[in-house]
Amino acid sequence: MHEFSLVSDLLETVMKSAEENGIKSVSKVKLTVGECHGALPEALSFAFMALSGDTVCSGAELDIDIKSGLLLCTACGHSFSYEILQTMCPECGSVYLDIISGRELRVDYYEGE
Amino acid sequence: MKVILARDLLGVNTVKGENNREILEKKGLLTLNIISSPGAGKTTLLEVTMKSLKNKYNFGVIEGDLYTSRDALRLEEHSHAIVQINTCGMCHLNADMVARALKDMPLDSLDVIIIENVGNLVCPAAFYLGETFKVAVLSVPEGSDKPAKYPELFKEARAVIINKSDLLPYTDFDLPGCVKELRQINPRAEILVVSARTGEGMDQWIGWLEVNVQQIKQLSTKECLQ
Repeated sequence: MHEFSLVSDLLETVMKSAEENGIKSVSKVKLTVGECHGALPEALSFAFMALSGDTVCSGAELDIDIKSGLLLCTACGHSFSYEILQTMCPECGSVYLDIISGRELRVDYYEGE
Repeated sequence: MKVILARDLLGVNTVKGENNREILEKKGLLTLNIISSPGAGKTTLLEVTMKSLKNKYNFGVIEGDLYTSRDALRLEEHSHAIVQINTCGMCHLNADMVARALKDMPLDSLDVIIIENVGNLVCPAAFYLGETFKVAVLSVPEGSDKPAKYPELFKEARAVIINKSDLLPYTDFDLPGCVKELRQINPRAEILVVSARTGEGMDQWIGWLEVNVQQIKQLSTKECLQ
């Protein structure tokens, strides 16, 4: 359900911009989703299909780019790829980890006429 | 035609959350976003908490539920002001709903705002409402493996309450193991083991809450003087 509200914000954003730019029909929407985010691409696609019906985005392709996660240990400076449930630095065991990338949930662009 | 947007989707909510935070900070109000799965005992915990602090502080409550105002009715007599939000199927509160609820509250006569989020361990963690702190409530019958299975909330919570401690003898809930795992996920969180029903451990939780009410009040007074 969480994906539904994200997609409804996405549609609102695209619809507003399409109106400003005089676009009547959107053919493609490009989305970047970070791995650490927890929003599921399948659920986003389903929500997009379900909610875009009566909008300028009806029938548009939702292109989702998954961005891999990168964590940094603030204790020893080691950086490593994100894995679900990774709570400790594999080098020094510290639990103070920062997410460097992979938290994105961004609409990059859309195409239409 | 290609139109570049580069817009953060959660950003829409975060900006609204920051607006709420600004209003609440100016008024010196500690605001707690209480999150748990359904049935963990949030409402009972709040009933007992507010009852024991009723003569000391005025509580404002924002009650989030999918449907019904049952919880709001339970908390009404202990709070100074209460607003019920029915999300009608949506699994979390968002910052815009809270902004609208705040407009209906007498903020100048309140000391603490409690937001009881929709019962759900997953989605509410992703939506910042403008709270000072998130408080996670986990109850013994849910099982001690939950923090590791739902780390997002436990990572962000300033306090984690393990509720229904009176049921520990009847379950195989591994309390030391759960606390150890919580410390790994979030070394900074205050971990409080309580039973809202018997009152066990409630003093520590209420003490934690009082310290934070005072700290936020002092911070806002300092800022006013500057």
